[in-house]
Amino acid sequence: MTIQTYLLLSAIVFILGVIGVLTRRNAIIVFMSIELMLNSVNLSLVAFSAYLGDARGQMLVFFVMTVAAAEAAVGLAVIIALFRNKQTVNLDEINILKW
Amino acid sequence: MVITRRNPVISALYLILNFFCLAGLYLTLHAQFIAVIQVLVYAGAIMVLFLFVIMLLNLGDEQRLKEKISFTKIIAAGLGFGLLMELIYIVGFIDVPMPAGDFSKGVEIGTVEHIGKQLFTTYLFPFEITSVLLLAAMVGAVVLAKRRMD
Repeated sequence: MTIQTYLLLSAIVFILGVIGVLTRRNAIIVFMSIELMLNSVNLSLVAFSAYLGDARGQMLVFFVMTVAAAEAAVGLAVIIALFRNKQTVNLDEINILKW
Repeated sequence: MVITRRNPVISALYLILNFFCLAGLYLTLHAQFIAVIQVLVYAGAIMVLFLFVIMLLNLGDEQRLKEKISFTKIIAAGLGFGLLMELIYIVGFIDVPMPAGDFSKGVEIGTVEHIGKQLFTTYLFPFEITSVLLLAAMVGAVVLAKRRMD
């Protein structure tokens, strides 16, 4: 296993997340795609950290994970509030910010 | 699979599978601490949160959401595919000057002992900031999700 393998896998997972964000209209699935992208970046950080023998990458992964947890909690609360107001999670119908 | 299933519960379960696979990859990279945290925090806490919200919103199946193939979707898929090709080209075919290294050096830096030592000495300040961030997120989530008082 070379580092290129890990980087390729990370790129593929990241692009899957991007496509998910761009194409799906369900807010929860868009959210899961964002988690997917965060995870792929974590994978490349850990790969570089192991490759260079440097612990800083793994520290950064730890902090990314805490930020992802906070983001998931707040984002899901936002989705719940939205659903309570509009009775939908379809992002096309959530257009109250549109002028 | 996460992004193609219609039912959000199924795609959440595929996401859990993906998290476990990533944890296995971390183990092959000698990052034991990160692998354990991945399973505990992601596959445990965050996915329980997701499934709980899916249950709360009662989105059994997505029929009424009417995911239709539209023009923007095709453009989005094309853009994503182009980006993937660029990334593969960069990673695979260009000789980026990289510092030499191998995976044998990473054996002891991924242990809980080493990570913990670093976390409480060099990275003590970011660690404390993180706790404040988590507190803020907790308060924010409660305020956003609670019913109106009126």
